[in-house]
Amino acid sequence: MSGFAYRRRKIASIVVLGLCASSAFVAVGVLALILGFVLLNGINYLNLDFFTHMPTPLGEPGGGVANSIVGSLLIIGVAALIGIPVGVGAGVFLSEYAGARLGNIMRFTADVLTGVPSIVVGVFVYSVVVLKMGHFSALAAGIALAIIMLPIVARSSEEMLKLVPRSQREAALALGITRWRTILSVIIPAARRGLVTGGLLAVARAGGETAPLMFTALGNRFWSLSVTGGPIDALPLRIWRYGIGPYDEWHQQAWAASFVLVLVVLAISLAARLVLTRR
Amino acid sequence: MQTDSLLDLQAPVMAYGMRVGSEPQAPVSEEEALAEGLVVRKLNAWYGSFQALREVSLLVAPERITAIIGPSGCGKSTLIRCFNRMHEVAPRARVTGQVLLRGKDIYAPATDPVLVRRRVGMVFQKPNPFPTMSIFDNVAAGLRLNGFLVRRSELADAVERSLRQAALWDEVKDKPNRPATELSGGQQQRLCIARALAVEPEVVLMDEPCSALDPVATLKIEDLMRELARNYTIVIVTHNMQQAARVSDYTAVMMMADDRAGEMIEFGPTREVFTNPRDKKTEDYITGRFG
Repeated sequence: MSGFAYRRRKIASIVVLGLCASSAFVAVGVLALILGFVLLNGINYLNLDFFTHMPTPLGEPGGGVANSIVGSLLIIGVAALIGIPVGVGAGVFLSEYAGARLGNIMRFTADVLTGVPSIVVGVFVYSVVVLKMGHFSALAAGIALAIIMLPIVARSSEEMLKLVPRSQREAALALGITRWRTILSVIIPAARRGLVTGGLLAVARAGGETAPLMFTALGNRFWSLSVTGGPIDALPLRIWRYGIGPYDEWHQQAWAASFVLVLVVLAISLAARLVLTRR
Repeated sequence: MQTDSLLDLQAPVMAYGMRVGSEPQAPVSEEEALAEGLVVRKLNAWYGSFQALREVSLLVAPERITAIIGPSGCGKSTLIRCFNRMHEVAPRARVTGQVLLRGKDIYAPATDPVLVRRRVGMVFQKPNPFPTMSIFDNVAAGLRLNGFLVRRSELADAVERSLRQAALWDEVKDKPNRPATELSGGQQQRLCIARALAVEPEVVLMDEPCSALDPVATLKIEDLMRELARNYTIVIVTHNMQQAARVSDYTAVMMMADDRAGEMIEFGPTREVFTNPRDKKTEDYITGRFG
């Protein structure tokens, strides 16, 4: 090999490695940048009051987002209550019962549903739930988020259930245990960690959704604990309201609320990892 | 190197160290098999369009050990999976012919495979205890998950009885609540045997139960099988001929036909199959010419 070709090859190798490495750093660094930026801008408001107090009337200093945090938890709770059981059920059907044809159709549908813009889901739930009920509610918001969680939970549970070795199914069936009992008492427990992780990741994803909430939860500056009663606040909505407002205190609170939201989502993701790797 | 002495039909007996004593010399009586054992008639099995078994007929004597031997891929496992209707768990699997359990065809139209499996237990090649359950819960699984109403004390009795039968009780009686996965491979396999025995099956199928175990654990399981044969009808698949010679009362030899379908070429009392095989292929197989 001539010296020139060799040098050329070496340089090409270094260039490609450099490009890949810097891409990787960008991908990872963005998270650090976001966290730092959000923290820096919202630091003034990040104190205990921010978590325990209600929004103050405009012009009065201080105040917090207690109602938004509680609202978010309520909405996510409703969403998880609907989305996780139905999603896991769909996953069980896909992995244990559906034949190749039906399974493929369902998987494709789920993947398409994952890709439906969340604002479309919001509009859909608005027309089907909010208009029928006559008002906005945590229930409607929960349903919207459940729809977003559904395909994620279904696909991840299917994958997790498929990881349970066939020998486990056979062991149970050979004992004369019925199919549904086998699934309930042997297969699901064996896959439980993966199922929990899938659920948590879906919750983390749904927790940050904003667009569907505009059409379903609407937002509310006041305290509300009612699931079906009326408009309710949520962290992403509060961030949006404060963020587009004209006042500097609002902007700072939007940053602080953003930090809280990122932390919550991060905590859920970390919990998911822990569940999966704990032994 | 093949020596001349191996061509002598008595040679395999010596080589395999056959049991002598009360082992049966006569063929299985069909009446006995019909009344309390298994009668297999013209069994065919398919995976999709591939025929895995062709026209297999066999009598399984009650409270005896029947070994099924043959080279890899000859349909041994498929055959015993037809005895508790596990074959049909595989996608596009299909069976024709009859398997009579105490005279009743388990493939009769109204028969529920789940009920068949409660009467015909199975132990698999690789120990497969439920990893999420304790030792106790593994043995109790069949009783609990079948919804048999058993009181706590009865359950404990059944678990102890099964573990004793499986010669595992002394090793685990102090730690019934430890995870089953903490046991060694041989212990896990005996646990699986205990789990199968707990539901009091009439027949126990063993699909190469020792192939994943070391020689010491293998010997333990073989002793255990002899012990169990006092009360249970046992069918064991093995491609270890010494094992078949050591433990079984009757031996069936299977071979693959040209189209890869499994066929039974020889069946009789173990001693006879090993010392005086009727089929040339059996002789070649047990003398180690192939397989």
